[in-house]
Amino acid sequence: MPKLTIDGIEIEVEPGTSILQACEQLGIEIPRFCYHERLSVPANCRMCLVEMERAPKPVASCAMPCGDGMVVRTNSETVLKARKGVMEFLLINHPLDCPICDQGGECDLQDQAMAYGFDRGRYGENKRAVKDKYMGPVIKTIMTRCIHCTRCIRFINEVAGVPDVGAVYRGEHMEITTFVEKAIGSELSGNLADVCPVGALTHKPYAFTARPWELRKTETIDVLDAVGSNIRVDARGPEVMRVLPRVNDDINEEWLNDKSRYSYDGLKRQRLDRPYIRQNGKLVPASWAEAFTAIAARLKGLSGNRIAAIAGDLVDVEAQFALKELLSRLGSANLDCRQDGARFDTSVRAGYLFNSGIAGIEKADVILLVGTNPRWEGTLVNARIRKRYMAGGVTIASIGEQRDLTYPYSVIGTGPDALQQLVDGSHPFSETLRAAKNPMIIVGMGAFQRADGLAVQAAARLVGEAYGMFRDDWNGFNVLHTAAARVGGIEAGFLPGEGGRDVHGILDGASKGEIDFVYLLGADEIDMAKLGNAFVVYQGHHGDAGAHRADVILPGAAYTEKNAVYVNTEGRPQLARLAVFPPGEAREDWKIVRALSEVLGTTLPFDTHGQLRQRLMAANPIFGAVGETTPASWAPFGAQGPVDAAPFVTPITNFYMTDPISRASVTMANCTEALVGPAQERTGTHG
Amino acid sequence: MSAPASDHGHAEPTSFTFSQENLELAKRIIAKYPQGKQASACMPLLDVAQRQNGGWLPRVAMDAVADLLGMPRIRVYEVATFYTMYNKNPVGRHHIQVCTTTPCWLRGSDDIVHTCKKKLGIEVGETTADGQFTLGEVECSGACVNAPVVQIGDDYYEDVAPEHMERILDALARGETPKPGSQTGRQSSEPVGGPTTLKAFTTAQADATTAQADD
Repeated sequence: MPKLTIDGIEIEVEPGTSILQACEQLGIEIPRFCYHERLSVPANCRMCLVEMERAPKPVASCAMPCGDGMVVRTNSETVLKARKGVMEFLLINHPLDCPICDQGGECDLQDQAMAYGFDRGRYGENKRAVKDKYMGPVIKTIMTRCIHCTRCIRFINEVAGVPDVGAVYRGEHMEITTFVEKAIGSELSGNLADVCPVGALTHKPYAFTARPWELRKTETIDVLDAVGSNIRVDARGPEVMRVLPRVNDDINEEWLNDKSRYSYDGLKRQRLDRPYIRQNGKLVPASWAEAFTAIAARLKGLSGNRIAAIAGDLVDVEAQFALKELLSRLGSANLDCRQDGARFDTSVRAGYLFNSGIAGIEKADVILLVGTNPRWEGTLVNARIRKRYMAGGVTIASIGEQRDLTYPYSVIGTGPDALQQLVDGSHPFSETLRAAKNPMIIVGMGAFQRADGLAVQAAARLVGEAYGMFRDDWNGFNVLHTAAARVGGIEAGFLPGEGGRDVHGILDGASKGEIDFVYLLGADEIDMAKLGNAFVVYQGHHGDAGAHRADVILPGAAYTEKNAVYVNTEGRPQLARLAVFPPGEAREDWKIVRALSEVLGTTLPFDTHGQLRQRLMAANPIFGAVGETTPASWAPFGAQGPVDAAPFVTPITNFYMTDPISRASVTMANCTEALVGPAQERTGTHG
Repeated sequence: MSAPASDHGHAEPTSFTFSQENLELAKRIIAKYPQGKQASACMPLLDVAQRQNGGWLPRVAMDAVADLLGMPRIRVYEVATFYTMYNKNPVGRHHIQVCTTTPCWLRGSDDIVHTCKKKLGIEVGETTADGQFTLGEVECSGACVNAPVVQIGDDYYEDVAPEHMERILDALARGETPKPGSQTGRQSSEPVGGPTTLKAFTTAQADATTAQADD
């Protein structure tokens, strides 16, 4: 381990550590533009120069590995002079438009110019001007501001795996562009604006709307997929102005997908801000009391088996728990949180969780994807798989559709028969799995959203058992969910009870007239026509499919408007926090259920959020370990049985529109038009 | 010179395929590099494509190279735009590249440029209406000892004086190929006034030069 001296302090570091990283360990700040800890090191901005003894010139600390006996100075006259020189060169062509630049206030160049900038320019020539480039619906470019750090090129090549951005021409004429002037076909393109140290790439939807210092920052989590990315919601007054990722190395590192980042404008549109009651076929505004009375009137005398509830994809754990309690008090066991109709065994936790954890992907050496398109179903899970691929020494195979997943993989089958061949060892891929040290299987909803879902789950388990995916030190059986509410709903027990109907049974019963009352808790993705003549209560935050069908609408809160627990696909409970208040008369969801229970004469036994959380933890202790995963013990799950030979089909047809929020978003509509296009016309379900 | 090629309003072709002959050549070039390092063949292949396409590289040709080598298209575009010798705009049959870097400039390259402009009736960077000549200024061509230097196609014309330039252009216009190399008849890059040292050795050389000059 090399031992060196930095500013007179001795430090011993891991071999391969750069001087810049060693300085960070000591808490010495080194200015930098091109260096980014999650990207490769090009050392082209020269801002991180330090002085090293016996070196003739200052050295770029980001690219200089620590050596034994080095003596480094980061605060000498020479270093200051060198950095001032670099800064002056950078500012030669950088426009002085900070007052109208969206990066103003959070700009690396602006900040570092405060420390190393000269108080006036000495450059009398004309400044360089560069034509702005088109980079798609979410990235705004002002290319004259570019300082050629190449972070965007490295991000899109290395992390996103979509080599669309490059530097063309050379020297003074160098320009960053896409090939050629087309939208970047990556679901991670929003991160380009984050890695950009200046205002060359900024967020198009956020352009000219706010300054960082006037925003109220709330650290919360994202719920538009089941990954549970950590985010920061920046709000001004009652309005969400932008969404940024937070660092969480276990989940999203420091990236965020475009849907989670940019669909916030959907939070301002199509909102349900007051209760409605359907009268003579038309929804008319009502008061909370009227709405509750209408529900109570319909429920009066109704036996429990004629009542049902379905929970949607964006619902928090508290609301599902409260509604489940209410339904059981009404004598109903007909409830399901799997509105997509997925069939899988929920009796064993290990059977429906991403057991290895998202970070666990980095330990796998063979990854088998089953019925999933992780690029769309869990973009950051896919980014993690790509990271694993970039590290080398991994074999990736898929049973399902052929898609561009940003890394090479082989399709070894299309349907469950390939799984069965793997179980009995007759498949050519069996050899690879047998030789693997840490094999991993990732099962997507495409494998479960079919009549033989339970059998597919069992087959996947048998594959895992056959190839040693379950050991004391390794659990490579992973389920990739698509809905943020799903795992939380299962953990809270929002599932068919004894003799109860699942979502198929509920819809079937409703269309046959066996179910008279359906409570839709934010459920919009079901076939509303199948609800028949049932009385439908829709509780949710957007006027989407569910609200259109509803007889009574109860306005709820979106994920940015409540303090609530969500459990991600790993089984990790995380807290969403209130960033802005729900609009109008809308309320937090558990409060609505609690208030309704009182009108129904069966008051639920909690009055505060704290009491509800206490009961939740008593019902299932995993809710107590916020931010942690509770390892799931192993037991057989699934139901062995005949499988259908039909190929697996990924459930998502348009990544940018999967839920009521993103469907209401103009930005997502633009993304769909630019990047998905024809696929959307084909499905025809997106208003 | 590497400045963004301001669009000259030229029409980009919509397709490009390597001829059978060039495809064979490309395969031979690719075979020179180790397995997995095919991208190394990018530059020679771009040159092959440029020659096939009449001296310039349309975007579809870059794409064809990228697809042949399994590279992202942007990577090839980066290479093609980095080097000035890949022409991103159509050029005439004779691409006249006058070197105007310091040694050539000191030896009168300005006069050469002026002669070309006058003779052809075009400015630097333009192509004659009949598509025969494109005039360009380039940075150091690497033949400073015989300045001024003009590169036409693959040939170097050295020690060029304005009258030589006129003669060369006339010959090219007639469809002839003027003799490349020194226009004053100098052997390689010996001193203009004849050898000055190593008398015993150079006397014979000088005689030869004189004899050649007399021809």
